[in-house]
Amino acid sequence: MANKVSLTVNGRSVQREVEPRTLLATFLREHLGMTGTHIGCDTSQCGCCTVLVDGDAVKSCTMFAFQANGTSITTIEGLASDGRMHPVQAAFQEHHGLQCGFCTSGMVMSIVELVEKYDGLDEASVRELLDGNICRCTGYHNIVKATLAAADVYRSGSAAATHTDTLLRS
Amino acid sequence: MHMFEYLQPRTAIEAEALLLANEEARAISGGMSLLPAMKLRLAAPSHLIDLSGIEEMRGTSVDDNVLTIGAMTRHAEVARSSVVRQAIPGLAALASGIGDRQVRNRGTIGGSIANSDPAACYPASVLGLGATVMTPRRRIAADDFFVGVFETALEPGELVTHIAFPIPERSAYVKFQQPASRFALVGVLVSRSRDGTVRVAVTGASSHVFRVPSLEQALAAEFTPGAVENIAIDTEELNSDIHGDADYRAHLIPVLTARAVDLASKPDAVGKI
Ligand SMILES: Cc1cc2nc3c(=O)[nH]c(=O)nc-3n(C[C@H](O)[C@H](O)[C@H](O)COP(=O)(O)OP(=O)(O)OC[C@H]3O[C@@H](n4cnc5c(N)ncnc54)[C@H](O)[C@@H]3O)c2cc1C
Ligand code: FES
Ligand code: FES
Repeated sequence: MANKVSLTVNGRSVQREVEPRTLLATFLREHLGMTGTHIGCDTSQCGCCTVLVDGDAVKSCTMFAFQANGTSITTIEGLASDGRMHPVQAAFQEHHGLQCGFCTSGMVMSIVELVEKYDGLDEASVRELLDGNICRCTGYHNIVKATLAAADVYRSGSAAATHTDTLLRS
Repeated sequence: MHMFEYLQPRTAIEAEALLLANEEARAISGGMSLLPAMKLRLAAPSHLIDLSGIEEMRGTSVDDNVLTIGAMTRHAEVARSSVVRQAIPGLAALASGIGDRQVRNRGTIGGSIANSDPAACYPASVLGLGATVMTPRRRIAADDFFVGVFETALEPGELVTHIAFPIPERSAYVKFQQPASRFALVGVLVSRSRDGTVRVAVTGASSHVFRVPSLEQALAAEFTPGAVENIAIDTEELNSDIHGDADYRAHLIPVLTARAVDLASKPDAVGKI
């Protein structure tokens, strides 16, 4: 079997020969030179490496590039369009959702999925649903504020939430 | 990480043949347990057999009071599935509490039960609901499936393709989670079938998921939280670690069982919506 992966990254189709053991995070950073996706822990805990695979937030350090064959990936580099920030990026700027910035790209990608897929978010549900992303600086307070602000933009704007689930956890 | 070959079969039979042909080959579904183990070199497969292209192992359906879930169904899909939420809301709630959103977007029910992690959530549902594990070769009763730490009744090369859950009258899962890993320090699934049979399955407390007959008998007589509150649990087979000793886990078992009975008795066991 040819060791070739072929996928779409931020709307651009890419094909590369890689070893099967290449992680998706490594593929993005080292093979495509897109270093916006960070590697914080490399043990599936911190969420810094979060990207969207066919719209689902996943930890790219815990997926082989081969497993992403044929999918469409969105990374932090693909969020802004025509020089305009994505609503989640704009909310992070407005509400000071970052300090050192290391967790930010993963945090933003995770929150993009959150506001796209979930309706009726409140502070408690945002805190709970962000448990796959760790931030060592902010204490989360402004991240939660930014998330709720971005969710409001989504709810009122054209970017309607795609389904109506909120919290399912008991 | 060691090198390996990556193969992507289209059918379960083909996947089983590839696993049997290569002694050190391993199946990979969500990769949420296997990939971290490979990074740590706790696992070093010669071949990875990726099950994600096998259509027959996906999806949910209800037939004759049995909910069948394909092994490749992801935790997030089970949590959101209107079929599952209507048939067994406690199972959807369990799936929505596994790990975090990113883990739920990748991890699968088949991978979780084949892995038989002592602290995993799904094994409690398979045993506590009296499910049947289906493979291309046979059907395995839940009571015979989980046999030890990371050990199941699956033979070399044998794959889980579906899990068939009889739909109970009511059920609920309550987990006391280890806050860093989010796995169960102790988790309890309680179910009562339409004929009044009660099953109580406990995860996180021992080498693998197990049933507790004393709690089941008390709840069969009276399905209330009060019926189990004062039942003492033998500590001999229970785990002790830095997160909690055997006495602590023994204490949690009836406490969580009572909470699960309470939750199962509410009309909407999915919890907060
Ligand atoms: C940060 C984090 C938090 C987590 N928290 C929880 C939690 O709270 N509760 C919980 O229950 N789990 C938790 N998990 C584990 C998670 O649920 C995994 O998804 C699950 O244990 C394994 O499923 P998988 O599809 O990822 O399997 P994989 O990792 O792909 O495979 C696991 C094992 O099963 C075998 N296998 C896979 N599919 C099959 C099949 N169909 N038939 C036979 N063998 C198969 C593989 O060969 C491998 O040995 C967590 C994981 C992470 C990374
Ligand atoms: S780098 Fe992937 S989860 Fe931390
Ligand atoms: S801003 Fe520094 S880790 Fe989050």
